[in-house]
Order: sequence, then structure tokens, then C-alpha cells
Amino acid sequence: MSPLWHKLWRDLWRMKGQAIAIALVIALGVMMLVMMTGLVSSLTQTRDAYYERYRLAQVFAPVARAPEGLLTRLAALPGVAGVEGRITGDALVTVPGRSLPVHARALSIPDSGPPRFNDLYMTEGRRPDATRPEEIVLLDAFAYANGLAAGDTIAATMNGTRRVLVIVGLAKAPEFLYTSAPGELVPDDARFGVIWMSHSAMSAAYDMGGAFNEALFAVARGAVEAEVRDKIDAILDPYGGLGAYGLEDQFSNRFVTEEVSGLEASASGVPPVFLSVAAFLLYIVMGRMVQSEREQIGLMKAFGYRNLEVGGHYLRMILVIAWGGAALGCAFGVAAGGALIQVYTQYYKFPFLVFRMEPASFGIGFAAATAAAVLGGALVMRRVFALAPATAMRPPAPPDYSRGRNGSGWLAQQLDQPSRMVLRRLTRYPGRMLGAVIGIAAGMALTASMMTIYNGFDEALTTAFSVVDRSDATVSFMRPSGQDALDELGRIEGVWAVEPVRNVSAILRHGLYSHKGGVTGLTQNPVLNRAIDADYVTIEMRPGGIVLARELADLLHITPGEILTIEVREGRQPVIEVPVLAIAQSLMGAPAYMDMGDLNHALGEADLASGAYLRIDPASAETVKAALRDMPLVAGISIKAEAMQAFQSLMNQGAGAIRYVMGAIAFVITFGIVYNAARVAQAERARDLASLRVIGFTTGETAFVLLGELAAVVVAALPLGVFLGNFLSVSIAEGFSTELYQIPAKFIPGAYGQAALVVVGAAIASGFFVKRDIDRADLVSALKTRE
Amino acid sequence: MTDTAFATQQLTKTYGEGHSAVHALRGVDLEIPKGEIVVLLGPSGSGKSTLLNILGGLDTATSGTAYFQDQALSSMSERQLTEYRRNHVGFVFQFYNLMPSLTARENVELVTEIARDPMEPEAALDLVGLSERVGHFPSQLSGGEQQRVAIARAVAKQPTVLFCDEPTGALDSTTGRAVLKVLRDVNDRLGTTVLIVTHAAATAAMADRVLHFADGAIRETVRNKKRVDPAEINW
Repeated sequence: MSPLWHKLWRDLWRMKGQAIAIALVIALGVMMLVMMTGLVSSLTQTRDAYYERYRLAQVFAPVARAPEGLLTRLAALPGVAGVEGRITGDALVTVPGRSLPVHARALSIPDSGPPRFNDLYMTEGRRPDATRPEEIVLLDAFAYANGLAAGDTIAATMNGTRRVLVIVGLAKAPEFLYTSAPGELVPDDARFGVIWMSHSAMSAAYDMGGAFNEALFAVARGAVEAEVRDKIDAILDPYGGLGAYGLEDQFSNRFVTEEVSGLEASASGVPPVFLSVAAFLLYIVMGRMVQSEREQIGLMKAFGYRNLEVGGHYLRMILVIAWGGAALGCAFGVAAGGALIQVYTQYYKFPFLVFRMEPASFGIGFAAATAAAVLGGALVMRRVFALAPATAMRPPAPPDYSRGRNGSGWLAQQLDQPSRMVLRRLTRYPGRMLGAVIGIAAGMALTASMMTIYNGFDEALTTAFSVVDRSDATVSFMRPSGQDALDELGRIEGVWAVEPVRNVSAILRHGLYSHKGGVTGLTQNPVLNRAIDADYVTIEMRPGGIVLARELADLLHITPGEILTIEVREGRQPVIEVPVLAIAQSLMGAPAYMDMGDLNHALGEADLASGAYLRIDPASAETVKAALRDMPLVAGISIKAEAMQAFQSLMNQGAGAIRYVMGAIAFVITFGIVYNAARVAQAERARDLASLRVIGFTTGETAFVLLGELAAVVVAALPLGVFLGNFLSVSIAEGFSTELYQIPAKFIPGAYGQAALVVVGAAIASGFFVKRDIDRADLVSALKTRE
Repeated sequence: MTDTAFATQQLTKTYGEGHSAVHALRGVDLEIPKGEIVVLLGPSGSGKSTLLNILGGLDTATSGTAYFQDQALSSMSERQLTEYRRNHVGFVFQFYNLMPSLTARENVELVTEIARDPMEPEAALDLVGLSERVGHFPSQLSGGEQQRVAIARAVAKQPTVLFCDEPTGALDSTTGRAVLKVLRDVNDRLGTTVLIVTHAAATAAMADRVLHFADGAIRETVRNKKRVDPAEINW
């Protein structure tokens, strides 16, 4: 091994504390990269393989009722590669141990053989026997959540008739990776079930003999899906077609895709932050090292080493740190990805999900770490190259404080000498001080925005469940019903208030943009469920327009005053054009609100409600639930407390959980920057500080000269941290927001206060370590070294 | 009050342990009266700087006792040593150790601000002949000028003793002589005891007393009958 390599390893050993700190920052950046890209590729590959193997349809076309003969016509359409009709229906399932019936979706599968599309992945038991109409296969997650197994029986109300069903098998399906009850966005395994029955049993249960109410399609290679959908719609329209939609609008697929793109965004956005911090740290630490080794550099050059050889020595040292960090990051990334994939397996109902490393991400991780190292090292290299051997071997001239602003103004005259030293350092090296200020401010911004995000999650929860929705339960009806139904609800003992709501599913269009969702009709002065503006003030519903959630307005690129086209997908399927009246603040979902009377009028219907919000006396909650269960009209009941809990656990799973990891990392990085800044300042001034001690300054007085500088830098960094934090919060909040929930990035003074405390705490801890070293400093040897 | 500035008994200093132990001082006994200029001569590693550091309160002895007047330095705490340096000791170093961010005057003020009974900073700079350059930063001063500022800084507190470790080591002979002259003037005018550690044997001529060091012990103590003017010293 060449002597330079010996020197390299010994130097690394000597500066191991700082080297490890920098390597860890790099490791965290690479870990996020490896983990996120690994998750993205695991999720997409598994999803694609699952879709392909279990033949997920590409186009779904729900229809009121169409004769089976129509399937031949649909199959003959150009661009259609295959078609299959099936029967779907809603059911209410009574589960032992639950006071309320649970919503379920019933689907037909062919009497013999597997379905052409949307096949089942049997996890237990077998498929139903077509000769036994009571046999069903149940969605396994629902069964597990409710303690059901093959062999058990359940009671279900289908099409108004109560049946006893025998579970013969449990299954997963590619179209139900992510499930939630209709009208709800938040998944809750226990509260939404899927039932598969043989085709003949389904057609008997839902009176669909010789007919189907959903067609599934495969699109031919090369065909344009949108055109195919238009042709399908044209054929199905006369039969009550509800609009064919592709995978991008398929509920389950949409959420999986959104999760993947969220991860992709994090994978490209987060690691660069870490790597730039690492580059900055490498720059200050290695810069200091080159400064202190100027004599050795001069000596090597005097011996005849070339610039590149000497520079290469320091570059190698930087690369050892960077690659060490990258290797560690890859290992962390694999471990963290393996752990997170467990969470995802539970969250999405994949039959198999293996954390698959993306080999390229190792390469990218190493390349990015190298880039950060070279970036940080380039400036250091310049200094090495610039040193002439003769100059390098003489002690450096004292830093010149006579140039530029040397703090000799009025302020400096008011200060004692130690304070003046602090002031002059700040004014003499504005660039370096600014670097430290920006570094610390970035740490603070990161911490502050993570605090803001934590708060945003709480705020989303509170706003959605306390401010927007102030009801205790939401009831949905089997079919739109009039005042009688509401009166009936109001008569139940323990129900304090009833507020009707009309939900219709619809496609909202504005120019090129469209959204498949629905419109919610509210009473004119809603109390239990309201639209609110950004200041949380109720938006009154008035006829002649629509109120859109901010998220939805952004999606449709529409502003108040512009006209929105609503293609209703229920009843007579009217197309309505209405102006946008206002933008509502909604942190959950992307609702569109209209005046209920206005909506009913547009639908050409009388005053009908599709459901109602209830306020319930907490003391009689159980009797109210029992009464609701016995009402034939009631299709589903959602208890807010349960929904809120589901929402909360949703936010703590998947991508939402990453906020805690990022919070911890933000803290580590903030501390790392502050600590390194203090350490480098200390190393640079070791001799000055020792001189002060020798002259008779106490350790406290000496520490002031150093820590005063750190304090000034920290104080300057705080306001900048607030400023940067505000920007960072907005972009991180966007990253965490999904179609399900939006995380607000409100300016919360408390979050910045906490972040400032973290920074100040880190500064105090760093100050403590540095002061301890000043106390222990060997005065004699510090004075002997020439710098 | 005693007339002795420093006294030591069987003072030893050992660095390291066992086979690798280095005996920097091997039982030094000495007595230095107040108001003298004492030169400590000897080759590198002979123990002179170690003795200076112990007497200056920068280092502690392994065994034996060292007294400043009638106070035992060897039993002082870190805090008491700081007080001792602050109130009684002035230091001058080979590499000056000025604060680069402070002007000449401010470097002196650094000390006068914390001393009990300091001189006016201007008076101290006047003493070393630098009244004209009080507003200059170290980077604007020559090596000799920097060393004179360092001396002004050391004497401004009116110390009882002045320790100089190779004060002319980084200077050419003309500048070196000027610096030595300043040290002599301080001794003359303020009665400060001055201890000078040096390699330059010629410096011995300006001293009242010369301690010759070798292998961690004083080999010889020479008392000069007549002190030579630094201007006449050649090395």
C-alpha cells in the first residue's frame, strides 16, 4: 500500500466522527432513493403481473340492464379484443358481533370455469357450485377482519330479500386491491365486503335473467381506448349505460397508481435534499482539512507529486466517505424497503408482494453520492491546486482583516474585544457565514415543514370530521326517497337531527379536463355537513350554480364564473351546465356541492334525498343503530367515529407513515449541520482560543468568542428558516396529499417555534461539546502548532 | 512579602508511561529573585520550555513543588491557574499569537479589559515603539512589529512576570535585537521579572542570570556581573 493510502486511512480514522456524520447523511439520501425506487418497482411489477395473470379488464361498462344478446354486438366492435357480461349488485350483510349491517358488493362469476376477465385468486376453499345458489366466495380481507372462514354462514339482504349464504371459499381479486364502501373513500376491511356467486344464483337474486348490468372489455392492441369507450357507450346508452370507463378511473387501480406516483415523486424529490446537505458538509469539513494540511501539501508538491496526484489523494478521501455512505444507504434501503413492503402487503390486497430491488437504483445511488462528493470536493481541489509549494510550506500569513468591511464602525466601538472578534469574523467571511446560515436555515426549514405536516394531518382529520361533517352518522337509502323517509328517521328515539343529502354520480367536464365522481346536493343552510371556505366559514348553498372543492377545481382547471358541464350517470342521465359559484376548502376527497332543490330540479325529479346526516344522542346510539338496521329503506349506515378511525389509520399507513421517518431525519440533519458548523469553527480557531486561555481568559470567556459566532449564525438562520420552511411545507404537503386527503400547509407559528427550539437545542448541545473540548484543550500544544 | 519570584523543589515532569515514558524534567531545584532577567538556554528537549510552561501555569508538574512568590502553583485548580495567568503573567510566543481580527490597539485592549491594574493601551504600544501603527491589523504588520504588539499586549496588564518562549525565533537578527531591547526596557522601567527561553546562546549576555539546561535538569547557573545591552548582541 502506498504511503498516501496509509495517510488516507489514518486521516479518516482521526476525523471519524465527522466522516461518519457525513456518510450517514449520504446514506439517508441513498436509502430513501433505493427504498422508494424499490417500492415503486415492486408495486408496479407486482400490480402489472397480477393484472395480467388474473386478466383484469381494461374497460368497465356499467349499464342498468342489457340483454345478453348485445354482447355479440359489443364483441364485434372494432378495437374490442374480448367482452364478458356480468351481474353486479349491492347487498347488506349482517356480520355476527356487529350491530350494524355492512355494505357489500355482489358479483357474478360464470357457472362453470373461470371468468374471462377479473379472475379470482383463491386463498381458501373453492368456487361456488352453480347448482347450489346459497354458496358464495367472500373477499378474504373482509372475512379475516370479521372473523369469518370457509364453512361459516352469513345473512345478506339482496335486492330486498334476506338470504342465508354459505361461505365456500375466500379470494382476492385484481379489481379489489383497495376497497371501500360506495360513497366512501377510506378503506376499512371490516366495513366493506365483496361476494362472488355463480351467474345463475346472481341472476335469480337480482332478477337479471338473460341480462347483464356490467360489461368487461379487453382492448385490441393498437386501438385507442377512448374511441372504443365511445362506441361502447353508443351501444349501451339505450339500455341505461352509465358510461364506460378505463383503468385510470377504476377505483382500486386509481389509488394504487396514485400511491405509486406519490412514491415516485418522493424518490426524485427527497434524496437530492440530503445529497446537497452532504455536499455542503463535505465542502466545509474537507476545506478545513486542506487548510490545516497546507504544509503537507506543499511538501508533497515539493517532492514532485503532481497537482492531480495530491488532489487525487483528497478526492479519494472524499469518495471513500461518499461511497461508504452510499453502500450503507443501499443496505438501509433494502432493509427499510423490505419492512415497508409488509405494510403495503396489508394495505393493498396483493396475493404476493416481494420487495424487488431495482438494480439501477444502486447505480443511481452511487452516482448521486459521487456527484455530491465531487461537487463538495471540487471547491476544495481548487484550493489544493492553487497552493504553491513554497507558500504552502511557510506558515500562512494572518488572515487579513484590514480588507473590506472590518467592523470598525460605531457598533464595533461600543463592543468589548471578544465581541468585536465575533463581529469581525462575521463581516470578514460573509460567504462562509452565509453558507452556515443557509445550511442551518435549511435544517430548520426541514424540521418546521415536517412539524407543519404533522399538524396538517391533524388538521385534515379535524376539518373533515369536526368542521365539515358535524353529524354522528350518515345513512344512505336503497333508492332516492322523499320527505316520508326523512320523517321516519326523525321519529327514531334518540335521533336529534336529520339533514337530507342527494348524491348523484356524474362526470364533470371542463374543456379538456374531466373527473369521474359525483355531485352532492345539500340543503340551503346545511348544519351537519357543510361546504366551507378557506376561512372555515359556511358557504351557503344557492340555486343556479355549483361549489367545487379546491382540489377538484384545480383538477378541472376551472375558476368561479366559468361553466361546468355535469353528465349525470343516474336516472335519466341529463347533461347540466352550471356556473361555478365558489371554491370550497375540503381536506378529504374532492366533493362538488349544489343546492339540493336545484340538483333535483335539474334531474327532473321531485324533492328526493339519497341519504341523510344524523345527530344522535350518544346514550341511545345502540338503539338507534338497531332501529336503522330494521328499516328496509336503509342501504348503509356509516358511523362517523368508525370512519374517523379508519381515516386516521389510513393516514398512518403507507406513504403517510413516511412522515415520521422524515421527521426523525430532519432532526438528525439539523443537528448534523449545526454540529459540523461549530466543529469546523472550533478547529479553525483552536490556536486563537488557546492564546486567549493563556492570556488569562477563563474557559467561559474563551468559549464566548467561538459560541458567540455560532449564536449569531443561528439567530440569523432562524428568520431565513421560517421563510424557507414556508416554501418547503407547501411542496412537501403537496407530496403527501392524495386524492383521498389533502394535507394543508398552513403557517402555524407553533411549528416554527418547535423547529427553532430544535435548532437552538442542537446549537446548545453542539456548544456544550465544543466548550468541553475548549476546556480540555492542551494549551501548550495548541500554541506550538503554527496553524 | 518574599523577594523570590519563583522557587521549585524536585520538580519533575514525565510524559507517557513505562518504556515509552519521556522525562522532560528530572528534579529541578531553583530560585529566581524578583526583577531579574533570566535566560533559559539549552538544546531542544532539554526541558526549558517545560519548566516555563509549568511556571506560567500552562502545564502541571508530575511531582515536586513550584512556588510563585509564596503560592504553591502545583496545588492550584484550573480556575486558580487561570486567575494566576490573568493577574500576574504575561506571555510572548515565537509565533506572536495575535488575534488576526483585532488591530494592534485592540489586541492590547483584549488584555487591559480583563486586567486588574492595566496600563493605557497606547502607553504599552508606545513602550514598544509602535504608537504610529495602533490601527493596523496583524496582516498589515511585519513579523517584528507583530512581536512587539505581542509584547505590548503582555506587559499592558503590568504583570509580575513575563514569559517569553523563543521570542526572536521567527525574526531576523536586527528585528530580534529590537525585540530584546523592548524586553529589557520593560524590565528596567516596570521591574517585571522576565524569563526568556531561547536557543540563541548570545541572548544570555543580556540576562542577570542564565540557566543552562540539559536532559531535563539545570546543569549550570551563571550570574552575569554585567548585563550587555541587547543592541550589542550578535547571533
